[in-house]
Amino acid sequence: MSGELVKLLSDLKEPEALEFVEKALAQGTDPMDLLKQAKEGMNIVGQRFADEDYFIPDLIFSGEILRRIISRLEPHLKKAKEEKRLGKVIIGTVAGDIHDIGKDLVVFMLDVHGFEVIDLGINVPVEKFVTAIKESGSTIVGLSGFLTLAFDSMKDTVDAIKEAGLRDQVKIMIGGGQIDEQVKSFTGADAYGRDAVAAVKLAQGWIGG
Amino acid sequence: MEKKWEEMTADEKQEAQFQKLLSPKDPEGNDLQFQSPEAEAAYKASINRFKDAVQLKASDRVPVTVFPGWYPVLYSGMTPQEAMYDYEKCAAAFKKFVLDFKPDVQWGGVMPGPGKFFEILDYKLYAWPGHGVDTDSGYQCLEGEYMQPHEYDLLITDPSFFFRNFYLPRVFGALEGFTMLPPLTGILEMYGVALNFIPYGLPPVQNTFKALFEAGAEALRWITVMGGVDGELATLGFPNILGGFTKAPFDTIGDTLRGTKGIIMDMYRQPDKLLQALEAITPIMIGMGLGASQQTGNPIIFMPLHKGADGFMSDEQFKTFYWPTLKAVIGGLIEGGCIPFIAAEGGYNSRLEVIRDLPKGKTIWMFDQTDMVKAKEIVGDTICLWGNMPSTLLKIGTPQDIKDYARKLIDTAGKGGGFIMANGAFFDHAKPENVKAMVDFTKEYGVYK
Repeated sequence: MSGELVKLLSDLKEPEALEFVEKALAQGTDPMDLLKQAKEGMNIVGQRFADEDYFIPDLIFSGEILRRIISRLEPHLKKAKEEKRLGKVIIGTVAGDIHDIGKDLVVFMLDVHGFEVIDLGINVPVEKFVTAIKESGSTIVGLSGFLTLAFDSMKDTVDAIKEAGLRDQVKIMIGGGQIDEQVKSFTGADAYGRDAVAAVKLAQGWIGG
Repeated sequence: MEKKWEEMTADEKQEAQFQKLLSPKDPEGNDLQFQSPEAEAAYKASINRFKDAVQLKASDRVPVTVFPGWYPVLYSGMTPQEAMYDYEKCAAAFKKFVLDFKPDVQWGGVMPGPGKFFEILDYKLYAWPGHGVDTDSGYQCLEGEYMQPHEYDLLITDPSFFFRNFYLPRVFGALEGFTMLPPLTGILEMYGVALNFIPYGLPPVQNTFKALFEAGAEALRWITVMGGVDGELATLGFPNILGGFTKAPFDTIGDTLRGTKGIIMDMYRQPDKLLQALEAITPIMIGMGLGASQQTGNPIIFMPLHKGADGFMSDEQFKTFYWPTLKAVIGGLIEGGCIPFIAAEGGYNSRLEVIRDLPKGKTIWMFDQTDMVKAKEIVGDTICLWGNMPSTLLKIGTPQDIKDYARKLIDTAGKGGGFIMANGAFFDHAKPENVKAMVDFTKEYGVYK
């Protein structure tokens, strides 16, 4: 029976996956094992997204199934050993922009891939990014934005990080609808990504995992 | 003898619409008085150039326009907040923008909208400058599930009732009174008819109607100012080419009713209900475009596409959920003599083969990040291509970058006609010299020999 949940989740079979979890719990399966399977399933989803077999609806729906599985498992999981995280990533939609769908997908995928994500939300003032870097000691910052106005806000944020003397401590990635190589150069970021999987790859390249 | 409208073919209807555009009227219905013979010639040349492009023919040169977001406002040195609250200033900004850059056709200044109007109705669907976003940001949608997953049957059975009694009160605080109104279709005969009207006597309903009167008066004040500038620009030789607006049914449900996440859940959990609802609102989306076109006397109906782009869904999902009803709306608009002007935001590379299915020479497609060479190759004999000067280049590039990009577009997408030079996505920020370079260079280099 091992691995069945991996398949059900990665094939986006919501009722079947939830039913499987119910039955497995009733039969005394270790919830940690189910959680492990669910995460493995999500890795497959991420891979299929990267291979363009899956698209945004599939990614978002898999997240919803995962959320429901975890909320079912939670009461059975022992609090104790929080999984070791790979590293901290600060993410936010830059000042003046309140778009969150792309940002949320990046947060979700980073989390699933074992990163600790500090999500600053939307319309984030530049100082808030600077403070978050200082307080968390994070080494990766992700800036999201959809509007042309976000190009300036991203540049301002990178500049503020530089002025605070923190630029050498962090790698900065940017992303959003119109973001390309040219915007990357304009803002002074280290890299840009087309989608959530690209963000995970960048983070993995920078701090391993 | 002249054929009746109903008897005309789609080609004849399109021709009749262009003839109407070529003989513009003033608000009193008399022939428009141009400010000079040159202005009149420029006006008509622009319409003809536009018409040739729609019909996939080479004209005297490649038409060029700029279809901006907040750019005209920012270019005039004001904030989006000022533009939304000071109608005269907003209108002046759009006028200055057209007169400074001289695009062939223009789009009017209705985009910012009347700020006070949104306040009167307590609009909750968007954050606008000073109300949820900074005064120098544009308005932005606050996505949510304004329609619940179990409400599909309500929408399918009676969309207007669902909108009035459920959706509108959720997105406009001042329309709370609508929740108390019975369906209009219950008003049948003497016996019991008065019962239907009792809610109109109740204070919450009356307050809602008071807000509506006030909002209507404000909208009228605003459009009078915006319309005035449009009329003036027309007399100066710059036709407003925007006849109305409608949407792809999938976006109608996905953008503001169920929200992105909501509609995605429905694709898996209740696909049949979603498909039924998409079909139920298709005639409504057609009617929205045709109605607007009748009011404005202009056949070009703008349709911004959101959730069907490359990457947003698979080919199979696109062919199942997005395309059938979008195609039906496009077909219905064409049948009614309109020219759908479809803005494919993001990339549409994987959809080009599907779009080929449309009738030839009847639609315009604004492409953002679609490969224009590929588009020309696959759909160049079917649709008029529009775009795709990148927003990033307009903001960050140099005039030389713009010219180089424009030259490539004209040489490839522009070859043999059927292409309109313009920005590919709505932009707020750009270097004025770049916008100018796009227009001027196209007028110079885009001449068909």
